Amino acid sequence: MEELQPIEANPRQGNKLKFIIGGIVIVAAIIYLMVSSLSVNVQYFLTVEELLNKQVAGELAGQNVRASGAVLGDSIQYNMDTLELRFTVVHVPGDNQLLEQEGGLASALHNAVTDPSRPSIEVVYYGPVPDLLQNEAQAILTGKVLASGVFEADEILLKCPTKYEGSVPDQIES
Amino acid sequence: MVADIGFGSLMITLIVSIYGLGAAYYGQQNRKELWVLSAKRAMSLVFPLLTISVGSLIYLLLTDHFEIVYVTEVSSRSMPDYLKITALWGGQAGSLLFWSWLLAAFTSAVTLRKWDRDQDFLPWVIIVSLATLIFFLILNVFFENPFIQYWQTPEGIITAFSTPPGGVTIFPRDGGGLNPLLRHPGMIIHPPMQYLGFVAFIIPFSYAMASLITGRSDDRWIQLSRRWTLWAWLFLSLGLVLGARWAYDVLGWGGYWAWDPVEISALMPWLSGTAFLHSVLIQEKRGMFKQLTMVLIILTYNLVIFGTFLTRSGLLSSVHAFSKSAIGPIFLAFISLTLIISLVLLTRRWERLKSREVLTSFFSKEALIIISIVLLLGILVTSFWGVLFPKISEMVTGQKVTVGPPFYERVAAPIFGGMLLIMIICPLAVWSYASFKHLGKLLWKPFIVSMIGIALPLYGGLTHWAAVVAFWLISFVLAVNVFEFFRRTKIRRKNQNDSWGSSLLYILKKNRRAYSAMIIHVAVVLMALGIVGIEFFQTETQGTIPEGGELSLASYTMVFEKLDIFDTDDARNVARATVSVEKDGQIIDVLYPRRDFFYDSNQPMTIPGVRSTLVDDFYVILIDWKTISAEGATFKVYHNPLVKWLWIGAWIFIFGVVAATWPDKKTKLVPVRAK
Repeated sequence: MEELQPIEANPRQGNKLKFIIGGIVIVAAIIYLMVSSLSVNVQYFLTVEELLNKQVAGELAGQNVRASGAVLGDSIQYNMDTLELRFTVVHVPGDNQLLEQEGGLASALHNAVTDPSRPSIEVVYYGPVPDLLQNEAQAILTGKVLASGVFEADEILLKCPTKYEGSVPDQIES
Repeated sequence: MVADIGFGSLMITLIVSIYGLGAAYYGQQNRKELWVLSAKRAMSLVFPLLTISVGSLIYLLLTDHFEIVYVTEVSSRSMPDYLKITALWGGQAGSLLFWSWLLAAFTSAVTLRKWDRDQDFLPWVIIVSLATLIFFLILNVFFENPFIQYWQTPEGIITAFSTPPGGVTIFPRDGGGLNPLLRHPGMIIHPPMQYLGFVAFIIPFSYAMASLITGRSDDRWIQLSRRWTLWAWLFLSLGLVLGARWAYDVLGWGGYWAWDPVEISALMPWLSGTAFLHSVLIQEKRGMFKQLTMVLIILTYNLVIFGTFLTRSGLLSSVHAFSKSAIGPIFLAFISLTLIISLVLLTRRWERLKSREVLTSFFSKEALIIISIVLLLGILVTSFWGVLFPKISEMVTGQKVTVGPPFYERVAAPIFGGMLLIMIICPLAVWSYASFKHLGKLLWKPFIVSMIGIALPLYGGLTHWAAVVAFWLISFVLAVNVFEFFRRTKIRRKNQNDSWGSSLLYILKKNRRAYSAMIIHVAVVLMALGIVGIEFFQTETQGTIPEGGELSLASYTMVFEKLDIFDTDDARNVARATVSVEKDGQIIDVLYPRRDFFYDSNQPMTIPGVRSTLVDDFYVILIDWKTISAEGATFKVYHNPLVKWLWIGAWIFIFGVVAATWPDKKTKLVPVRAK
């Protein structure tokens, strides 16, 4: 840059107001982007029970929501030709205190799939079977409830807390 | 026995660190240099000591000591040795130890330099970096001890470090094994780079705090920590890119970035760190924005700790998150403490850090850099808000909500576009006084050339306006940089009557920092090209086809040749399809998409077959197959244009940063400051 000479030598005081206004414009634009994007992209994060209640009350009206619950292993069905994946998700409490009462997430998931009285919802998803989809996995689903009462998921996030940490190994020799 | 050595040296490291902190403080307060020297020696010991601890844990992992809880959780007999070593950072307790070890490496390395001119900084650098280390060591010793064992007691099986009453060690036959998703070469390099990037930022923060405490308002701390900062930034960038690459290769099925909360928590320190680097530049050249520089390094440090907290507290649902742990509240306490202390220090020195210089033009380099800092912080605030909003909303309304990738994309995409725009002008802008007229003179030629970036995509049938704008911006930035190199080489050649080659070499050498910055920016633009390619133009198809069947996408056709199913030595069942890729009726490649089933963890892992060229990637996933495999298999196929430029850009980026940090041969020059 050394060969470039300043073309106009501004007086030293500098026009502060200009920069304050410029700064405000940029910051305002960013805030506008944020607020407007947030208002169209916030989704409910519901348990299966809350999801069913809201559905019955007609509060969902086809809007995108996120829901979580336990995967019921026996219910997993996959049609290779249509890539249609169906499985049932069982209610697991969303509240941390309730989870602790059940002995942590792992045992809460276990209780959920072994208790037939819990509310549950059928899920349909079109695409490859996620690697982690298995009995007692925690599923976090994004999608909407169809008129038929089936949850159509666009995205499935799965976690298997029992597998890796915190569980006592079952093969033990003294 | 080995566990005792490991835990013992962990304890000793903690004691030595506490001693070092105390000695440094005492020596500083009472002007007793011998105490500071002793503290310095204590700090140089933490790395060798923790190495013993880490070495012990690696030994236990390699030799299948399943009586150790951590080994059972993350390792198994069938895992290859390299994965057993990576299991060191495959779980909560081990990765915390690994983190402490890396931090210890940096703190010990800091003691190696000559401190003659900067004796007054030394005790405070020791105190700040050791305090951080002590926090992580406490987590390891008292909350997440990787060396605890299984014991059989009359009351049942318990886990503890020392023998409980009536306890007998039990030896499980095998461990659960590392999560299959982590069994990938990416596991060797992505987490260590990410961690290195995180911990390395603690060193510039220590220098910054030392500077605030001692009240030196000059740039000395910046000069001292410049190389640390660049390395930290390089590692953090590498960690992010390698993670993206891993997600592309395995985890993500054609994705590279999912705005997952943990990805965001690694992105946030990168954003503030990048802003910090740029703010440092203005401070060095113009002596301005010293307060901002301080704010940004404090922010970066706290975001590093905050990111670690998010990953480890069980607060978030994410592919990266560790299981729920008790260490959340302690983390929050530590973050609050460091944030409050550093902000108090900053307010005490606020006046002293004020600069007499003012901004003079919108088109001066410093003004443009400030705008890009604001834009970076805009993405940072968005990310932070996106991660925290659900928690806040839950607290206020009791209703759980989430925000997904569309939120981040909608905000970040225009901001990235704005940053590209600034990257166009910035190499041409001058410090202090600048005018649009002068810029225009330098801009018009590259501008005309950049029209190719509009013409070509339009000619190619591209209709998405945002993509056209993106292509234009990218070609504009590239054109500006190429012209700039050319122009400067020409001037040199004319003045010295030299050849083109040696003139180019000369200007590159003479102002290495500026040119490595240009290279880094070009690299970022190339990465943007890859991102635009995959974001706007990704297409996909899927289908179930018999052997010999075809699937077509873009200009490619894939033919399913056969499927092999076999067992491997490391307890996997592999189903591997052979797929040939045809273009214009010619076979151009053979791919092997496959699905590994891990017997020990009862879980599959899908690995795509990818043909990658400079123009596009053809990406095939084997989804499922019929019982008689000859009858058919299901594939999902992606066509990802230009995505290779993301990885090429990353390599150039690394080259640029290494060039910027490369030590000067000559004696150190004192930076010249504009009047």
